Amino acid sequence: MGTYRYLLGKLGQLFLTLLLILSLAFLLFRVWQPGDPVLTWARAQNAHYSPEQLEQVRHEWGLDIPLPEQYVQFMKDSLTFNFGTSTVINPQEQVSTLFSRGMGKSLILILTSTMASIAVGVVLGIWGGWRRQGKLDNSAMGVSMILYSMPEFVLGMILILIFAGVVHWFPSGRYESAVTLTGFDRYVDIARHMALPWLTLMLAFVGEFYLVMRSSLLDVLGEEYISLARAKGIREKYVLRRHAVPNALLPTITLVALSFGFILSGVITVELVFSYPGVGKLSYDALRFRDFNVLTGTFVISVVAVLIANFIADLTYGYLDPRVRRA
Amino acid sequence: MSVLRVDDLRVTYQTKGGEVPAVRGVSFAIDKGEVLGLAGESGCGKSTIAGAILRLHSAHTKIEGTLELDGMNILELSPGKLRAARWTAASIVFQGALHALNPVQKIGDQIMEAITVHNMATDKEAAVRAGALLEQVGLPPRRIDDYPHELSGGQKQRVMIAMTLACSPSLIIADEPTTALDVMVQAQVLQLLRSLQHDLGLAMLFITHDLSVLVDVSDRLAIMYAGKIVEEGKANEVFHAPQHPYTAALAAAFPAIGDARFRHRPSGLGGDPPDPQHIPPGCPFHPRCERAIEVCPSIVPELWDAGPDRRAACVHVAGAPSLESVRS
Amino acid sequence: MKTEPAVQTPEAVGAPPVKKLTPKQLKRERRKRALGRFWKQFRHNKAGMAGLSILVFFAVVAIYSIFADKGALDPTIATGGPRLAGPSFHYPLGTQNDGISVLALVIEGSRVSLFVGLGAALISMFLGTVIGMWAGYKSNVTDAVLMRLTDVFLVLPWLALAIVLAAMFGRNFWIIILIIGLTSWAGTARLVRAQVLSVKERTYIERSRALGAADRHVVLKHIMPNLMPVIFANTILTIAIAILSESQLSFLGLGDPKSKSWGAVIEEAFREGALTLHAWWWLMAPSICIVLVVLAFTMVGFAMDEIINPRIRER
Repeated sequence: MGTYRYLLGKLGQLFLTLLLILSLAFLLFRVWQPGDPVLTWARAQNAHYSPEQLEQVRHEWGLDIPLPEQYVQFMKDSLTFNFGTSTVINPQEQVSTLFSRGMGKSLILILTSTMASIAVGVVLGIWGGWRRQGKLDNSAMGVSMILYSMPEFVLGMILILIFAGVVHWFPSGRYESAVTLTGFDRYVDIARHMALPWLTLMLAFVGEFYLVMRSSLLDVLGEEYISLARAKGIREKYVLRRHAVPNALLPTITLVALSFGFILSGVITVELVFSYPGVGKLSYDALRFRDFNVLTGTFVISVVAVLIANFIADLTYGYLDPRVRRA
Repeated sequence: MSVLRVDDLRVTYQTKGGEVPAVRGVSFAIDKGEVLGLAGESGCGKSTIAGAILRLHSAHTKIEGTLELDGMNILELSPGKLRAARWTAASIVFQGALHALNPVQKIGDQIMEAITVHNMATDKEAAVRAGALLEQVGLPPRRIDDYPHELSGGQKQRVMIAMTLACSPSLIIADEPTTALDVMVQAQVLQLLRSLQHDLGLAMLFITHDLSVLVDVSDRLAIMYAGKIVEEGKANEVFHAPQHPYTAALAAAFPAIGDARFRHRPSGLGGDPPDPQHIPPGCPFHPRCERAIEVCPSIVPELWDAGPDRRAACVHVAGAPSLESVRS
Repeated sequence: MKTEPAVQTPEAVGAPPVKKLTPKQLKRERRKRALGRFWKQFRHNKAGMAGLSILVFFAVVAIYSIFADKGALDPTIATGGPRLAGPSFHYPLGTQNDGISVLALVIEGSRVSLFVGLGAALISMFLGTVIGMWAGYKSNVTDAVLMRLTDVFLVLPWLALAIVLAAMFGRNFWIIILIIGLTSWAGTARLVRAQVLSVKERTYIERSRALGAADRHVVLKHIMPNLMPVIFANTILTIAIAILSESQLSFLGLGDPKSKSWGAVIEEAFREGALTLHAWWWLMAPSICIVLVVLAFTMVGFAMDEIINPRIRER
């Protein structure tokens, strides 16, 4: 019973936060926007428009209705992923279509690399926390700190220089080669192209996860229930598995959840470095050309993605910690 | 044969700041059905002894001397035999039971774990026994499915006690079992420990800084100071007629209502216990001692006879060698 | 009736006279001693000292860049230098496509990157501390509302927000500082609130209020001193993140075109095809600077954290 209440509670919080953020976005993008977006757009077009034409654009964009109604419309549109048409990148094309094209590619990249990053970081972190102060542990900590201090686009460029420059193992960008391939060959080609950006995103965050898990395990190992487990005559490896790790995972999950926002930010720069045709690259182009509709889409989708990821983290936490399930 | 026999036990911690001799030569024995109370201020080494009996300290800690539990030489046991001896020969009620339970594991599972780890029963049998143990400590058996956060402090302590009984050990080490509890709950838990110890005929080592508690519970009493025992004897006699100045000061700090000695006010003891790395020369208590004389800094007292079935490490006791022969 | 022995002052027995300090002087003495103790512990932390030396080095470079001759950076002044040349004796970090020495770019960029990082972190620290203290001190409704706000900003993908803000308000040096500061205060707020709540438990706060002390007095005199070390360590780590964030923004082309930070140098290099042209020195020099500085701040921050919250381990 408590579990359902916990889940519903978290789900409710998710929606509330989403609404709050969207309202904040409305304030920023519509209310406090400096200047008139229609005029800015017209100027960027380098064409001359008559006042009537501008009025029509204003109407199309829904900017000529009073603010409270705009707010409701904005919220409705955002929640249905309707961001209008792209103003610059691909005029006349729906923003949502543009996003759907790149979404799959970005999703595969982000999801697989993040999961690998978490898995590797957590496993190595447990090992590091269990056997601290060895030479290996110190070097692992050093490498982790360096990875943590490196902007992900720098890491990407280093990988390109080494693996695509010095040794030509992987291509330096894009999603697939210009030559049309079919079937298995095509998948191999795509995989080769995805390898370096995937590796970049994975390495960029594995250092942080390693340090967090290691630190968390060290904290837990000082707790009394660990001494008690040993006193009961349990073997060390079971003390680790059954008592230390389940407790150490809890703060780790919380801290990992906090990095989702940073992971998403990393995707934009990594896709740029590798010219990977996903939603990150799309956002960069929208930024260059001031395509506000696409940018709004980027914002809303990023927020939704992070909120969903946080919800999954909350689910996992609830599964592991009975104290939140049965308060 | 004693359940626990400790002879010249020395425990030295290895820290970044050097060696710390926490226990500097302690000897005692506990027979079946006997309760030995071990008292002293924090830092005197009593909790260190508790950990040493089951060799729970880290591998870096040096443990020397003789430690015999149920006839086994604990210090020479192989890791496998040591693990088998833990909990079955002796079990511990930890100091902060509020944090000694794994927060993400059901308490029933934690009790069962002790049983199944030693292959004493199948899972089903272990579950039944866990319920029975809970009943024995005054909790309803259905609570084996509860998590620690669903219990009060006193209930958690009862669960700890139930856990210690799981493998029917010969010795129970109670390390400050009531310190973190409310006074009313303290009384209940003490009552529980006393009746269990009596009904099951267990040997118990009761460690605390609260002397007044020990008097009721223990048969014999040993007072520790700076890593050594400074007085030992029958509990009642030691408390009401202390021979060592430190014991007297400790007893005075915990006045018993109705005791004529304390009618005016409790007296404290000035100063702090010595840093184990900088123990004063001679008698370690002399800087704080009311009855210190000029030879005290130059004599290291041993446990000399201080009366029938009483020993104390002080130059003033009857059995202390004459001062001329000791002065050197 | 016992007669009390005459009370003897230490002076009467022959002890040297004690300097009488005013409460303010006493506070300063105590603070000096506390800092001394902290420094002694910090000195033993190898990583912390290494980080500190790196920071000192870059601080010197940044200060130098304020007074250095900017001529070397102006492409209109014909330097006659080789274009896109690798590191050599004359150009230790090589040159970029206009013949400008990369070393000069990096020195100039140090000032911008460090300044933006520090500025943004200060804003973040200020906001986070104020909100955290407010929420922690005044529980219930205020706390709940502020915590909701904090959670929102904690979850917010900062870059997505920063991009829109930068696109709207322009690529201005101060705007960038403001944007980063306004999007990264939530972590500090949570930390500060937790600290305030734990300090609040202590009785001397209750006693102070029982004596009628105003809220502000309690806050300033009792809560702040306990918070300062924690906030300080957290700020150091925030600076590291701020520098990383600034480099990301600059790499996406949102940096101030008039003040080129390290991130902006990398952006230009990338845009001009340094990667395909294998002009690794142009890309790596500013990159290594970013990594070194962020690493340095992180190590110093971790070292401070270890001293403030020591882990009691037997081994």
